[in-house]
Formats: sequence, structure tokens, C-alpha cells
Amino acid sequence: MAFKGTTNDMTLSNASLNKLKVSDSSQSPWLNENVKAAGLFLFSLALFLGAWELAANMNWLTKGMPTASKTIEELWWWSTNPFFDNGPNDLGIGWNLLISLRRVAIGYTLASLIAVPLGIVIGISPIAYKAFNPYIQLLKPVSPLAWLPLGLYIFRDSELTGVFIILISSIWPTLTNTAFGVANVSPEYLDVSKTLGASKLRTIFKIIIPAALPNIVSGLRISMGISWLVIVAAEMLLGTGLGYFIWNEWNNLYIPNILVAIFIIGLVGLILDSVFAAFEKFVAFGRQS
Amino acid sequence: MSLASPKFTRPSLSHSTSDLTHDAVPLQHIDEPTVPSAQLSIKNVTKVFQGKQDLFSKLSRKTSRDFTAIEDITLDIEPNTFVSIIGPSGCGKSTLLNMIAGLSDISSGEIFLNNQPIKGPGPDRGMVFQNYALMPWMSVEENIRFAVETVYPKMPPKQLTRIIKENIQLVGLTGAEKKHPHELSGGMRQRVGIARALAINPQILLMDEPFGALDALTRGFLQSEVERIWEQQRKTVIMITHSIEEALLLSDRIVMMTKGPAAQVNEILEVPFPRPRNRETIDQHPAYHSLKTEMERHLFRETQAVEAARIR
Ligand SMILES: Nc1ncnc2c1ncn2[C@@H]1O[C@H](COP(=O)(O)OP(=O)(O)O)[C@@H](O)[C@H]1O
Ligand SMILES: [Mg+2]
Repeated sequence: MAFKGTTNDMTLSNASLNKLKVSDSSQSPWLNENVKAAGLFLFSLALFLGAWELAANMNWLTKGMPTASKTIEELWWWSTNPFFDNGPNDLGIGWNLLISLRRVAIGYTLASLIAVPLGIVIGISPIAYKAFNPYIQLLKPVSPLAWLPLGLYIFRDSELTGVFIILISSIWPTLTNTAFGVANVSPEYLDVSKTLGASKLRTIFKIIIPAALPNIVSGLRISMGISWLVIVAAEMLLGTGLGYFIWNEWNNLYIPNILVAIFIIGLVGLILDSVFAAFEKFVAFGRQS
Repeated sequence: MSLASPKFTRPSLSHSTSDLTHDAVPLQHIDEPTVPSAQLSIKNVTKVFQGKQDLFSKLSRKTSRDFTAIEDITLDIEPNTFVSIIGPSGCGKSTLLNMIAGLSDISSGEIFLNNQPIKGPGPDRGMVFQNYALMPWMSVEENIRFAVETVYPKMPPKQLTRIIKENIQLVGLTGAEKKHPHELSGGMRQRVGIARALAINPQILLMDEPFGALDALTRGFLQSEVERIWEQQRKTVIMITHSIEEALLLSDRIVMMTKGPAAQVNEILEVPFPRPRNRETIDQHPAYHSLKTEMERHLFRETQAVEAARIR
């Protein structure tokens, strides 16, 4: 199949890690793997923040780099005052976050609404697969930002352009993963369906789609990750949102706020990904995805 | 019984399914018309897997020759008989069964089910798969429900629920209805596979090495279960197996196939043991050992020929 290489590396490596795990946790609850890992995490974090604080205070870093304490102070301030509105160049980070999330939600939902049904059709029909594959292969590697001027020219509107960029860049992983999942449904399931005399439609909805669901969801998860990557980049050139927030702070040359935004973008991305990871697990039913 | 669908009627199972003492099982169902049991005729059936000789294959140097898996097989299977097919690996047993199931095209010849030529797959034939082929996202109950709903879309919900319940009970899985396949052992999964195949009340049951993926103990236990269930229903069964003991325990007739390519039926053995049968006492029958020896010889000879052909 041409639709390979889209499986999620994260899940695979996690699964293999779990297999290697030595189960001595029952004997010493205070020294099991998780506790040790948490300890190492906290230790390294303290080390990092300490080194950062020291380096900034000793002026070892580039001029204008803030200290760790200053950055944390800003983070605290922005997260305790998320919703204020003094015009587009002084907007609470909560509003900016919601703006970015709304763009992602709209573009990503539209992309999924196109990609999943189209992926199913392409996966089922070898003719559709061959016919659409050239488009997919050609457009998939195009950088999302390459679409930006085109979007601005067509829509003459930054909001619509943002949505368009998300749509065009998050459509591919879902499309290819769905098609791959559908095309590789175990032939045994299809044999069951055939011997029962199930209609084509019933087979698609009751067998093929549920069987391909783990692939579809992992495609949706990758697409979500890409949307979140792309929106920040796209917003630097648009008017509002987290990306614009960073751009604006860059113009102000106020680095602590940039670091705050980076942290929040990472945190939100992490939460979104965890939601999809849980969803992936939910539809697996003991299968390895 | 008040049954809405005249197509679907089955006897009520009055006895407990966990009852393993065979003499307690009444055979009253035989003359009830409610358990359909088909007559199957295989007439001069040949299967040729078409090779690839087109230009594209030639360019990519991936041509292959036509392969005749089985050649000119003729076989009659009477209603209410349990028939096993045994033969060396790769001789074409699955190919034959898939043609009966309608999953694979017949190259030449014809197969008749109750005098009707088989044109494709259909629910008059119930299939039990070697690797169970249960839907992982469906519970035990849902797997069976999917089958029955597909075959009888207009069945009233109450009847549907009753049939599902009866068949789960029949294979001894009461209590596991809500479990998903990954929570079940291999033996339990195949019980679901059997219940699913029986729940649609087919004319004939097709089983392709149904116990092949199970460990020896589970296999023995499931064989006994199939024996018990078969005594109740006496539905026509065709089962592929690799196990001589299994064939002798369950079958009325054993079809022995020659090695492939162009495999044929070598011999058909009648198994005269009285029913109900019991694995502990079956080898006390005077014919048991001679039948077993004959089958061993046949399998040994054919397998040896396969190996010899591979060396050459
Ligand atoms: N789709 C196929 N295309 C070509 N050859 C096949 C195909 N399916 C099976 N064969 C060949 O037909 C022969 C019989 O296969 P099969 O029926 O699976 O054997 P068995 O079930 O007796 O072990 C084998 O030699 C196998 O390689
Ligand atoms: Mg086989």
C-alpha cells in the first residue's frame, strides 16, 4: 500500500516500553518506575530552572533574556488575568487562545468532514484510490504556509484564510490513514459479512468503518497535532490569536511573554493530544493500532 | 412457539446446556422440520487460480502460471450427516470449502445445495472460521446479534433477543454476553464463532479447521461440545481438520483428499460408531483402530509425496 508510514510512532514506542518494564513495583511502592521517573523529572526541572536563573543573573545569556523567576511571574500573571481586552494589540492570553482554538476547531472539523468520507471511498474503491492518489501525493508535502498568500488573495480575510490553512494542511493525515485503514480491513471480517449476505451499505457501516476506526482516529490525532502546529505559524501573519500574540511580543521585544506563550501552546497541544490518545485507546478494543 | 417469521423456526432447547451427560439429551429434534439440514452435491468441481500473464506483470517480471488447486471433485453429502475433510496441508481443502461458502469462484463444475446451484455467499450456509473472525468492537452478544439481524432484518426484538440468548446458552457462554473478544480465551472465542454460525439457523455448517488455533486441552473440550450440540441439531456439517482423532470422534463420513496440485478425493471412509459418542470410550469400538491406521497411512503417504515433490 502506498498509505504507509502514518502510524503513530509515539504509541508504538510506548507499547514496547511497557513490555520491557520489570514488574518489581509490587514489592517497593516507593521506588517503582513511576515514582523514580517523577523524581528525575522534578530534579531535572529544578536543575534547569536553577541554571537558567543563574545564567540570566550573571548575564551569560543574550542581552534581554529574562530570568526564570521573571518568566514564571509573567506566566502567573497571564494565567490569572486571561480575559481582558484593550484592543487587538493588548488582548488577554485567554482570548487569544480561544481565537486560535476556534480557528483550529472550524478548519479541523471541516477537514475531517471531508477527509473521513473521502478516505472511506478511496479505501473501498481501488479505482478511486488510483484516481485520487496523484492529488494526495502532490499536495501532501506542500508546506502549509505556502497556501497563505493564495488564501489571503482568494478570501481577502484573515479569519477565513486561517481556517483555510488549517483545513488544507490537516486534511492529509486523516485522509491517508482512513484510506489505509479501510483498504486493510481484515478479509475475514468481510468474509463474515459476505456469508451472512449483508448489504454493501451494512458492511460499510457495521464492519468496515468500525474495523478502520483505530486508523481513522490515529489519523485524526496526527491532523490535530498538525493543525495546532500550523495555526501558530499562520497567525503570525494574521491579526489575532496566540501566534499573533507571539509576533506582537516580538515587536515589543518582550521575551518573557514569548516564553509564556510557548509554554501555553505546548500545554494546550499536550492536552489535545491526550484527548485523542484516550479516544484511540477507547476504539482499539484490545487491538494493536 | 409463536414465531412471526416462518423462515426462521427452531426447536426450544428444553435441556440445560451445561449438561454434558449425553444420554440425557433427547433426539426429538430430528424429525422436527424446524432444524433445516441440507443435501449438498459437488459435481466435477475444479479450481484454477488464474496466473498473471498480462503485459504489466511481464514488464515487472511478476508473471505466474495458472495453478490448478483441485481437479474434478465429485462428492455428495447427505442431510443430517457430519462430514470431515482431511488431507495434507495445501491440498485445497480451504479452497473447496470457500467454493461451497460462495466466497471463491468455481472454475468449472457446479455445487448444488438442496438442488439449487450455488451462485455466491449466503446465509443458508453458516461458516465457522479458524481464527474465529469475531468483530473486536462487538461484545459476544453483539457479534451474534449482528449476524441474526443481518439475516433476519424484520425479526421482532423479543425473538431476536431470545435467539441470541439460546445460542449463547447452547455453547455454554451464559454470563459472558457483555464481554468483548479480547477478554475471552481462544476456546471461548470459537464458541462465539459457533454460536454466531448456528444462530442464523443455516442449512449447513461449514467449519475450516475450527479448533486448529487452540491448545490440545481446549481443543478436546470443544470437540466434545460440538459433539453434544450436533446430537441436538443434526445439521449437515462439513468440517476441515488435521486431526484424525477429531475426525473419528465427530464424523459420519471422512473424505480423504490427495495432495495438490490438482487434488482429488482419494477415499471416503464411513465411521460406524454409534452416537452419542464419547471420547473416552470411542476407541473401544472394534473398527476404531483399523480406521485410524488407514487414515494415518493415507496422510503419511500423501505428506511424504508433498515433501518429495518439494525436494525435486
Ligand atoms: N488466492 C490464491 N491464489 C493462488 N493460489 C492459491 C490461492 N489460494 C490458495 N492457493 C493455493 O491453492 C492450494 C490450496 O490451498 P488451500 O485450499 O488453502 O489448502 P489447504 O486448506 O488444504 O491447506 C495451495 O497450494 C495454495 O498455495
Ligand atoms: Mg486451509
